[in-house]
Amino acid sequence: MIDSIPALMVVLPLMAGVITVFTGKGDKPWAWATAITGIVFAMSIALLAEVTAHGPVTYNFGNWPSQYGIAYTIDAMNGFVLFVVSLIAAVTTYYSRLSVKDEIPNDRLHIFYALWLLTICGLLGITITGDTFNVYVLLEISSLTLYALIAMGYRRDRRALTASLRYVILGSVGASFLLLGIGYLMMITGTLNMVDMHDRLQVLIHNDEYSRTIMVAYAFLLVGLSLKLALFPLHMWLPNAYTYAPSAVTGLVAATATKVAVYMTIRFLFGIFGRDFSFGAVESSDVLLTCAGLGVLYTGIQAARQNNVKSVLAWSSLGQIGYIVIGFSLNNENGLTGSVVHILNHALIKGGMFLALGCVAYRLGGTRLTHLKGLGRKMPWTMAAFTAGGLGLIGFPLTGGFIGKWYIGLGALDAGNWLILVVIMLGSLLAVIYVFRVVYAIYFGEAEPDSVHATEAPASMVVCTWILIGMSLVCGLWSEWSVDLAANAAKAMLAGFGGAH
Amino acid sequence: MNFIEAASDHYNYWIAVIVMMIGLYGVIAKRNIVKQAISLGLFQTGIFLLYISMAVVFTPDGKMGEAPVKHSERLAADVLSVAGPVYDNPLPHVLMLTAIVVSVSILAVALAIIVNIKRCYGTVEEDEILDIEAQGLLDGPDTKSNREKAGALV
Amino acid sequence: MDLHTYSVVAMAIPLLGAAAILAFGRWPNLREGATLLTAAALLAVVSCGIAPLVLVDGFWTGAWEAPAFELIHMVPDLALSFKIEPLGLVYALVASSLWLMNSVYAIGYMRGNKEEHQTRFYLCFAVAMFSVMGIAFASNMFTLFVFYEVLTLSTFPLVSHKGTPHAVRSASTYLGILVFTSVCLLLVGVIATAVVTGGAENGYAGLDFTRGGVFLNYLNEGGDVAKGIVGLLFILYIYGIGKAALMPSHRWLPAAMVAPTPVSAFLHAVAVVKAGVFSVLKITVYIFGTGTLAAISGTDWLIYMAGFTIVVASFIAMFQDNLKRRLAYSTISQLSYIIMAAGLATLGGAVAPIAIMAGGMHIIAHAFGKITLFFAAGSIYTAAHKTDVSQLDGIGRRMPWTMAAFAIASLSMIGVPPTAGFLSKWYLLSGALTSADGGGTLSTVQWYAVVVIFLSTVLNAGYFLPIVHRAFFRPLSADAEAHPHGEAPKPIVLALCCTAVGTVALFFCSDLAVALVEQLQAGFPSSLVNGGF
Repeated sequence: MIDSIPALMVVLPLMAGVITVFTGKGDKPWAWATAITGIVFAMSIALLAEVTAHGPVTYNFGNWPSQYGIAYTIDAMNGFVLFVVSLIAAVTTYYSRLSVKDEIPNDRLHIFYALWLLTICGLLGITITGDTFNVYVLLEISSLTLYALIAMGYRRDRRALTASLRYVILGSVGASFLLLGIGYLMMITGTLNMVDMHDRLQVLIHNDEYSRTIMVAYAFLLVGLSLKLALFPLHMWLPNAYTYAPSAVTGLVAATATKVAVYMTIRFLFGIFGRDFSFGAVESSDVLLTCAGLGVLYTGIQAARQNNVKSVLAWSSLGQIGYIVIGFSLNNENGLTGSVVHILNHALIKGGMFLALGCVAYRLGGTRLTHLKGLGRKMPWTMAAFTAGGLGLIGFPLTGGFIGKWYIGLGALDAGNWLILVVIMLGSLLAVIYVFRVVYAIYFGEAEPDSVHATEAPASMVVCTWILIGMSLVCGLWSEWSVDLAANAAKAMLAGFGGAH
Repeated sequence: MNFIEAASDHYNYWIAVIVMMIGLYGVIAKRNIVKQAISLGLFQTGIFLLYISMAVVFTPDGKMGEAPVKHSERLAADVLSVAGPVYDNPLPHVLMLTAIVVSVSILAVALAIIVNIKRCYGTVEEDEILDIEAQGLLDGPDTKSNREKAGALV
Repeated sequence: MDLHTYSVVAMAIPLLGAAAILAFGRWPNLREGATLLTAAALLAVVSCGIAPLVLVDGFWTGAWEAPAFELIHMVPDLALSFKIEPLGLVYALVASSLWLMNSVYAIGYMRGNKEEHQTRFYLCFAVAMFSVMGIAFASNMFTLFVFYEVLTLSTFPLVSHKGTPHAVRSASTYLGILVFTSVCLLLVGVIATAVVTGGAENGYAGLDFTRGGVFLNYLNEGGDVAKGIVGLLFILYIYGIGKAALMPSHRWLPAAMVAPTPVSAFLHAVAVVKAGVFSVLKITVYIFGTGTLAAISGTDWLIYMAGFTIVVASFIAMFQDNLKRRLAYSTISQLSYIIMAAGLATLGGAVAPIAIMAGGMHIIAHAFGKITLFFAAGSIYTAAHKTDVSQLDGIGRRMPWTMAAFAIASLSMIGVPPTAGFLSKWYLLSGALTSADGGGTLSTVQWYAVVVIFLSTVLNAGYFLPIVHRAFFRPLSADAEAHPHGEAPKPIVLALCCTAVGTVALFFCSDLAVALVEQLQAGFPSSLVNGGF
């Protein structure tokens, strides 16, 4: 049973996504999607437990040997990311009922949830698969459905359309670069399987053969992945897409899409090319650290200038991605551990905060700073969640956000890079500014006439928000388990291909 | 081997790269969003050509391989024998079938969005759209009346 | 109950008090009752529960080696854990006893001035007190950092209490400087300490406060740290602790004066600023170890900088007409006495124990004196609505109690017997005049310290005594004649008399305070005084 879970985790939402179209009207599509994501979440826990206890799990489609067929392999690294993605998926799906009803026309709900499940399917698939071309296909499944989901926000604000189109163009260019890079690698290795590709590449690199082709493949992949994970300065698609998407979609996407892209990057850099190539022969460390470092500062300043709180958080996501990139670019165990644990913590924090904004949008119809003024008294629970999440963004000690930064900071000093440590701290300082600006408005601002009669959001929404925020607090206080999982993942990735042999 | 020869030997790659670059140029330089979407398709077509090129397998004496189709007059044993005919690699073709489907879907989604943009903004020129967005629409609180003023479909 | 467990009790009390204040928000009398009860309970626990255990039972017979009370263990090097040690006890005792005084005072002040948002005010005060206890009893650098930040955040609403644009701007300056220094310098220093001293994962002390110093122990166990790195980290720590208000990071303190007077009095003369200098002392002794700092012999800059701050801040204070701003600059100057004590301690040898005792003593003496001065300033504001020194002509005749207390506290600031200020200056001078190597020769920097101490005494007299003179010996101005007023409300007068009496009592009954600070000497086991490199 446990052996077929990797396949089921992709096939189930894929099939279910198609079936959703026929589930009918009202709450039925939502109930169906909730059930599916719940099952998927349960599966991910089972898988993570299995992987932690007994090592990698592999599923070969059609029982073909992995060199010929498609193999799905779960190790400590993607087991962890799977857990994060399916957790967020389950919570946001349950959350979405009222929010989506409010923002999407009722005759489109079944379409919405079909796309929703397919997005989740794609994100899970990218994480699970051990086949590089499969990565591309599943990436496109998740992206295509995501473009449509984001565009669905146009009924509230037509800028969702232009944001979505920009995402379509840049996202597709990124994916095409990925496809090109995979093509070059296939040319010289003759395989698509990640483990196989890794082994053959190491031989080629060692013998100094095809070094120019490998370099070109590496360049295309790195640029394509950077576009997908929105690394500064390739981030232009992200802020508006997050801002104008329907609230529930933003919650799902912000917490998972870029995280999965980060996972892919780590997988390609460490798992396929190997750290000796990525950070030895090519020295991409300097490039990545420079981009990420500048990105942390630039996006922090931008976040402090936004008037729509969703924009603030979207820009802040870019900065947090910068931290994650800094972590793995340091190419040591502490840094990579920090990156991986920050994938979890940031997903929880940012997911929770976007859900909190979803509650605000549900009650007030918008998320501008003026909407949030004085809401501290009217929506105490939602705003408390937002504030707790904000502390996490800053990286306040005792919140989840601190743990990742702590390990990334240790990694920076292990690498002897004091400058990047200072950049991380300056980034936290900018986070203080943009979070504090909003929190100040919430608790000390005078409510606008529009929001005088606002009341606390419905219980189901508040509870979901608090599940994510609460987990982020738990991860900040009792962090040993998440750090252990992340450290395992980091060790696996540093050892080359995550112990899949 | 001089440069001309090298270039002409790899003409298929040249074509792939040129098509790709025309597409990429269009994506970056064109200010009409329909043209951008079409250029994107062109870019991806270039990638397909590159993949298809790599499927070609040469026989030891320099001839190209055959299409991997089993001819009835040949025995199965012949296919597997070392001395038998050389087939082209079918895998890239199969991959590109998938990629073409993806590419078409992207174009479809992009065009669907563009149709809606035309409906909401009245134009498909990026500069004009940016102008409309920059003209302070949705200024002030995000209320229903303001949204109507800003032209969103409420 | 285990000794270290008391620390958590001491922290729980203000937190429970905060909950009670929130619950009773609608009934002012109950709410203020909760505040007073909490403050009294806290003082009882700290002074009757913890202090005797430390003083009577002889703390150093094993209590230091007993494991700290670990509340939450996150990952190696990061744990919330608490331990009671003499330096923390000094701070906790001062803070908890003055909180009670201040609560009495605050009730009179807030009601007298009909301030708004009083529930938020008392709530934030209780939370600030909670973090003060956390700082006092933190047993590792991470815990100290956490509560240091909580203190900053919880005092922001108090500083911006008035809600006017000016108040918000000043509060932002306050928050900006404190957060900037703590995140960009202190946190970098903390992370670096965990890395260069081996870390808890590898069996070293990590970030735990250690007798003799984390660095010294690491070096003694065969570890290796470059002298330049230690010097750099020391700079990061000292300037990272912006609450110590060492120039040039002192600007937040005058900015914070926009707050209501009880906030200025308690937080910006006692709790917050003392948290800063207390942390400086604690880091000097337990993270670096005076032996290590003496060995790198690159810490003279601290004494020079502290001396500079003492003199310059005094000069600035002399030209401030706003009474609270004058007091604020005086605070900056006085805090640097304690930093100077830490600086002298880094000379090592025989100087270190005396200098640390001087620092501990001055924490106590300055707290009682300065809070009295602020109480007086608030009393004048409440009764006469006057904020400037130049308006105080003849006010001593209308407000005799207030101005008498003010005069006593001024004497303590200057260091005239019979007040507490004399004691701490005495210790500081004897520290400066003790030879580090026992050979009887004093270094240049010690002579510099002696000169600064004498110069600043003159300056202190120069900016405090004119106020006293004005109040008692100048005739009332025509404007003041037209607006008669009497003493401030009774709770205010009660509180400021108590603290003024305390200032004098500390001089006459100095046994307790001396016994307490003498415990600090034990932080320097003779085996660990020197060496390392």
